[in-house]
Amino acid sequence: MTPKTAASPLGPTALVDEYFIENRNRLIEVAAFLDRLDRAGGATRDFRMQVLAEAIAVLGGTSPNRVAEIQMLLSDPHVEPLTALDRKGAVGAYDRSLKERRS
Amino acid sequence: MRYIDHHAHMVSRTTDDYAQMALTGCVALTEPAFWAGWDRSTPDGFLDYFRQLTEFEPKRAAQYGIQHYTWLGMNPKESDNIELSREVLKRLPDLLDGPTVLGIGEIGMNRVTKNEIAIYTEQISMAAALRQLVLIHTPHLEDKHKGTRITIDVLLATPALEPGRVIVDHAEEHTIAAILEHGFWAGLTLYPQTKVSPQRAVDMIEKYGPDRILVAGACDWGPSEPLAVPKFVMEMRRRKHPESLIERVVLENPIAFLRQSPKFKVPTGTGQAAADAGALGRSR
Repeated sequence: MTPKTAASPLGPTALVDEYFIENRNRLIEVAAFLDRLDRAGGATRDFRMQVLAEAIAVLGGTSPNRVAEIQMLLSDPHVEPLTALDRKGAVGAYDRSLKERRS
Repeated sequence: MRYIDHHAHMVSRTTDDYAQMALTGCVALTEPAFWAGWDRSTPDGFLDYFRQLTEFEPKRAAQYGIQHYTWLGMNPKESDNIELSREVLKRLPDLLDGPTVLGIGEIGMNRVTKNEIAIYTEQISMAAALRQLVLIHTPHLEDKHKGTRITIDVLLATPALEPGRVIVDHAEEHTIAAILEHGFWAGLTLYPQTKVSPQRAVDMIEKYGPDRILVAGACDWGPSEPLAVPKFVMEMRRRKHPESLIERVVLENPIAFLRQSPKFKVPTGTGQAAADAGALGRSR
């Protein structure tokens, strides 16, 4: 389905005026989280942090679909169901190092 | 502004939450059967929960001028237990006749296991056979895209179930297009962290238009927000969207979907004033 890509009634300057401060804050929170991890010794081998680094790179691009692209980076790309329940809940990112659990 | 929250787990909320929802304009809500945070061990455990949904919660909501409806079914989080699930499903058809039961829900998948798909498929078949409305949970986080795809595949394999009678809930940016393009209703559930924020929900309304999109708080026993819909209303106003569009999304759209059940009574009257009176003047 092709989105209608309707614009917000707010123009670009008004959108920046309205939303800059809260997004500035979100960006600094991410930076603080990364600094905190570094002080703790880093977690570059954690699959969640690896995909987070890829997601941050998407933010620096020019795609008009950054949200969906990041959602897909975090998603299980497979179509096969699990043969058995492994745990009760999701953890936020798919671990690409896991062996395939195909039926 | 009057609104309807189509997805609220009120058994997990305090009576004060009903009061706050009434004070912010909630005139009706629907409560899907779901997981309690722990697994039930017997079919009777589910029957007691269903009784709470059909007997107790409507009375609690009515004290605040809110209509309470429910959806019954085997929830995704417990549906991997296939024997228990089938025992519950045996009892389901009789319960669906209840005066406030709008259909089967919330059903679907959690970790997208074979057992979960089997129980989901059986409930979809039941809904088609009994001509029930359906409310579907799509999985969380990294499982959402995969689970939504399989959810839709099962629906498309059941042509007797009309797409316009199905809500595929917890849609996000990477799943909403597929839901809408097949004619289903897309639910956007507004959570503090794990699903959609009010800002992103408004973005999706701007991108896809208001047709067949619903918003809800989906408040439950975890981090969640019973006043999420009014916060969505505030966000729409912050973007300068007209009041008519906001009302379309939070009131007219849910009415258009829910009135497909003859049990759903379209809220009338002043709503806010009645709610205020209920919150201030009625005792439990």
